[in-house]
Amino acid sequence: MNPPDYVIDVRDLRKDFGTRRVVDGLTLRVPKGEVCGFLGANGSGKTTTIRMLCGLLAPDGGSGTCLGLDIVRDAPRIRRQVGYMTQRFSLYEDLTVSENLDLVAGLYELPDARAAVADIMDRMGLRDRAGQLAGQLSGGWKQRLALTACVLHRPQLLLLDEPTAGVDVKARRAFWDLIHDLAGEGLTVLVSTHYMDEAERCARIVYLAGGRIVIQGSAAEVVGRVGLVTFEGAGAPVEEAARRIRAAPGVEAATVLGRVLRIAGMDRALLDDAMAGYGAGLTWREVDPRLEDVFIHLLGEEEPPR
Amino acid sequence: MTAFSLRRLRALLHKEWLQVKRDPMTLRLIVALPVMQLLIFGYAINSNPHDLPTGVLMAQPSTYERTIVAALRNSGYYRVRTLSSEREAEEGLAQGNLLFVVNVPPGFDRRVDRGEAPAILIDTDGTDPTAIGYATAALGGLTEVLTRDLPPVRRAAATAAAAPFRFVVHTRYNPEQLTVLNVVPGLICVVLMMSTLMLTTLAITRERERGTMENLLAMPVRPIEVMLAKIAPYVGIGYLQVLIILLVAVGLLHLPIHGSIVLLFAVLGLFIASNLALGITYSTLAANQMQAQQLAQFTMLPFMLLSGFAFPFQGMPRWARIVGEIMPTTHAMRIVRGVLLKGNGMAQILPELWPIALFTGCTVVIAVRFYRETLD
Repeated sequence: MNPPDYVIDVRDLRKDFGTRRVVDGLTLRVPKGEVCGFLGANGSGKTTTIRMLCGLLAPDGGSGTCLGLDIVRDAPRIRRQVGYMTQRFSLYEDLTVSENLDLVAGLYELPDARAAVADIMDRMGLRDRAGQLAGQLSGGWKQRLALTACVLHRPQLLLLDEPTAGVDVKARRAFWDLIHDLAGEGLTVLVSTHYMDEAERCARIVYLAGGRIVIQGSAAEVVGRVGLVTFEGAGAPVEEAARRIRAAPGVEAATVLGRVLRIAGMDRALLDDAMAGYGAGLTWREVDPRLEDVFIHLLGEEEPPR
Repeated sequence: MTAFSLRRLRALLHKEWLQVKRDPMTLRLIVALPVMQLLIFGYAINSNPHDLPTGVLMAQPSTYERTIVAALRNSGYYRVRTLSSEREAEEGLAQGNLLFVVNVPPGFDRRVDRGEAPAILIDTDGTDPTAIGYATAALGGLTEVLTRDLPPVRRAAATAAAAPFRFVVHTRYNPEQLTVLNVVPGLICVVLMMSTLMLTTLAITRERERGTMENLLAMPVRPIEVMLAKIAPYVGIGYLQVLIILLVAVGLLHLPIHGSIVLLFAVLGLFIASNLALGITYSTLAANQMQAQQLAQFTMLPFMLLSGFAFPFQGMPRWARIVGEIMPTTHAMRIVRGVLLKGNGMAQILPELWPIALFTGCTVVIAVRFYRETLD
């Protein structure tokens, strides 16, 4: 039995759907108490990996442990200690908030279920909506209810699959505050997201492409390791300049941000040429690459060769 | 994780009950459906049809023929009109505009007077035997009616010998005498089967389609707990339906109850369970609600047709009887008919009971086997 230093410790996970390999040799270690962000394009294998970790899918290859339990053999025991929040709202819309939570408490056979539900509703701010049907909640409240349902049984590990998709900024911010509160109590969180601000709040980012981990580390490490060069130009109509400079060799992205044009590329010399040639008339200055620039770069790299 | 937990089952039961309660439309249908079906089928099938369209072909008009036509009309079963040609009669029967054609042979009067007892041929449309059954049976009485109209000379001879003439009824097959008493017990089983099978068939596929299955699977529940929780509310609903059907059948259709109602209820519980188990099995096998529904419909038709409800069981070919013996509906129908009409007790219905139990057991095993604990 390995010491529970790593809450998630899997090697070489594989999963095929028919002839398509969705997860292709994924190796991942997540230490206790970490908030780990799962990023990657749609179809990069995030959801499938999460489902394998909580025993909802049986891996076709590879091995590993989750909370010190074998992910193949001990799947039922893992389920007891993991809180899994599905991408799509999967509580009962025709039950009220408290009825949904009562059901979850009953299924986990929590001692003193009534007190546990009342307690968690207070803590997550759901008390005022206890009697409301889940189907009538707004997107933000639905997500909050779903999160509440998956922490009710005090799991060791939270697996959140795009928990904040389609939710407004304020609700997302509140949601992430909750996640960090929980992590502060020693809960390990693996969360997939498409939002950059959310990625930046993760202690570690794991970027998936084609079912493999392409790069991982803290936000700063990922940005630094990719070595992207970015410039911002201003002073002339930027829309037209953007259209011209996109054609220049070495310019991977040219993005208009209000009155500013931001370009990114890997080759500094080519970018210099592009700015001098296609970007004449603008005043340029070098800026630090942001996580978003890095991800656009990574997403561009995995475009299939034609 | 324990193999079975009452606590978890209770939580699931509560959830299922709440969901049933929150769906008032389904609840209303559950009550309205059996009543509607019973009334429509009960009255439609059991009515004793009168005023059936009848054509008369006469070679030459005469006294006796007019008497016969009047007698037909007076019986109330026939709405008579005279036909001009053989061809019109054929067309009328083919199109269903005529259910009977009365063929009076030429020289009928003379032959009656001579005491030859000539035959009147009656062609009937046998496609719906129940429609013409009573009317055909009533023909027997008509021969006597005519006797009184005969001239005194012949009357004496007629009473001494046989009837002055006879009817020869020609149908494509013998009408099956389905009576009210026979149909209603069958209807109880059919209505019960249709509603309970449909309800559970959708139960698990609905969870899968709404995405709630993923969450349920991620929690520590056992397949048997999920199934039992799904079945339980519908057993109650099934009993409610039996009660409604019996009330309607006794109150409006005058069904007699010769046997023990308690026994009937106890036994119908097993029949309800068998349908629910089958529904749940379909639910686990089907990928979506549409498929599940089709499976259910695919089943209901043979269950209805081969159970002895639509056709007399003994009249079916051997293979159909074998298939029929497998289906719980067949046995349930015999039990209900036996208990209600013949006053059968436990000893008499036992041979019909174990096949239902066996069927239920097998389906549950299949359902649990195919219930997927993962999303693969």
